[in-house]
Amino acid sequence: MQTIHLGFSDWLIIAIYFGFVLGVGFYLKRYTKDENDYFLAGRRNSSWVAGLAFLSANLGALELLGMAGNTYQYGMYVAHFYWIGAIPAMLFLGIYMMPFYYSSRINSIPGYLKLRFDEKTRVLNGIAFSIMTLLVSGINLYAMALVLHTFLGWNWDVSMWVSAATVALYVTLSGLLSAIFTEIMQFFLIWFGLFLVAILGIIEIGGIDEIFKRVPDAYRALWSTSGNPSDNGMLISWSGIVLGLGFVLSFGYWTTDFLVVQRALSAKDLRSARMTPITASFFKMAVPFIVILTGLIALVLAKDPGSGFQLLQDGGQVNYDSTLPLLIARYYPTGLIGLGVTALLAGFMAGQAGNISAFNTVWTYDIYHAVINKKASRGHLLTMGRIATIAGILISVGTAYWAKSFPSIMDYMQAIFSWVNAPLFATMLLGMFVWWITPAGAFWGLLAGMSSSFTLFLAVKFNWISRTAITMSDVASDMSANFWRAWWAWLICFVVTVAVSLVTAKKPKEELVGLVKGLTEESRDVDAAWYKRPGFFAAVSLIVFVALNVYYW
Amino acid sequence: MEHEMKSIWYFVGLMLVAMGVVVFLSGIYYFFVPDRNSTVLGNLHPDIWWGAIIILAGALFFFTNKNRTRK
Repeated sequence: MQTIHLGFSDWLIIAIYFGFVLGVGFYLKRYTKDENDYFLAGRRNSSWVAGLAFLSANLGALELLGMAGNTYQYGMYVAHFYWIGAIPAMLFLGIYMMPFYYSSRINSIPGYLKLRFDEKTRVLNGIAFSIMTLLVSGINLYAMALVLHTFLGWNWDVSMWVSAATVALYVTLSGLLSAIFTEIMQFFLIWFGLFLVAILGIIEIGGIDEIFKRVPDAYRALWSTSGNPSDNGMLISWSGIVLGLGFVLSFGYWTTDFLVVQRALSAKDLRSARMTPITASFFKMAVPFIVILTGLIALVLAKDPGSGFQLLQDGGQVNYDSTLPLLIARYYPTGLIGLGVTALLAGFMAGQAGNISAFNTVWTYDIYHAVINKKASRGHLLTMGRIATIAGILISVGTAYWAKSFPSIMDYMQAIFSWVNAPLFATMLLGMFVWWITPAGAFWGLLAGMSSSFTLFLAVKFNWISRTAITMSDVASDMSANFWRAWWAWLICFVVTVAVSLVTAKKPKEELVGLVKGLTEESRDVDAAWYKRPGFFAAVSLIVFVALNVYYW
Repeated sequence: MEHEMKSIWYFVGLMLVAMGVVVFLSGIYYFFVPDRNSTVLGNLHPDIWWGAIIILAGALFFFTNKNRTRK
């Protein structure tokens, strides 16, 4: 394709963005005095700051491009990722789990596993999380270079190294504090940089009703075609959506992935920490108004021969990820193009900074301090965090080059969350709500869950077993196989954890106070007025969530 | 004496104003000197009104948080 041409004002906007993120990194360094500032932003953030960072850590450019393309492919079903695939889990985290995370003053999720179970479970999860985070960070970098090369004609190596060096500089200087600042900037850039695409698309087509009128029936429904998998483009039934995506993958990601939970731990008090995911839930529900709408707009335009709009073709295959960049090129004049490109760049870079800031914390506390140097001072841990940042970025760049040489590893990456997060959610759920779950049960359950998910992935990929064997359906897509594999990994971890716990030594109840429900005094915010309590906001969020699902049923 | 840290909203405001001004002025320039690369709905001049909206939003963040510091 002909690449998108950038004018002087476009470059100026990109330069302003780079100037701001680097300037903020230098500005914040003077406020980063110890390891608490570096790894947890001094635990001084309001629920608004922590909430927007919580959401933005997940709202990378890779997700925006991928989900807009998925909407072109599957229609409204993609909204499940933003609604049932996020909201119940975010509210559950805020209402039920955050009191245990925040009140135990942990620095990381593996840190909770150490307190609740033992060191080996912590290290197992710490290593799995570190590997996952660095791989995701590298893939993110690879995807960014691919997008910039395809649509703007930028040089691969220059794109990767400039963005990696920028992220390395500002995260090394001020850690989570600068990562959170840039994530909030990214949030506003994405809305101001990309929402206009949806607005102009609606104007061109003649209104939202007209868009829905012109897409096929199966593409505009959220649940009504989920009774039979062959009735919807995603080839999945409602049970796969609810169990795989809505329960295991969603709860596994939103309640146990340290990348997002770290933002809530940076809040200034327990109420703010609980409000972090609840605040984020309202904005999460709004994201489809960029992503889903642009995907549907592209679908309508592509079906209209007079529009002149077609997605890119790579070797005869439709490149669905080209949906959003092609719409930007269609509607944005010089100046606005720079804003759209900056929004995508910010999404990529903030996503990478988020992964690296979570990695440096887990590496420093849960691997280095726990296993390698138990006597390290606070100052030494701060230095180690900075070294881990640079090392993490270099490993990410290496992963990105690896992905460039072997693009098929992208298939593995798409499945990685079901290897690590899905079984971890079973461990967390049992550990937090059932006091008699033992350290041995947690360790062997987690190991069995992670291994079984990975084995199932390989078994389907190399045709040792049929994909339909794990989806329990005659038809299945990669997406539905992901959902179902996550469910099986969760179930295996759950069953093994319970079984081993029944026959192994339990921890004394007094050691579990503050870590397990039933042994811990409930925090009910009795001093706050009802309309200021997290429970009230969670109820409002739940009502909006139900209303959206019913409206688009 | 050490300065208090500026609020994040202050920086958000500053950045939006800076970018909004570039988009807005670019729109004004191309209003008088039409861009060779014309876009669909370019006749609506989205760069002018969207740039103005970004400036207003940025100014709101900037001025309401100018003297606010992070506690």
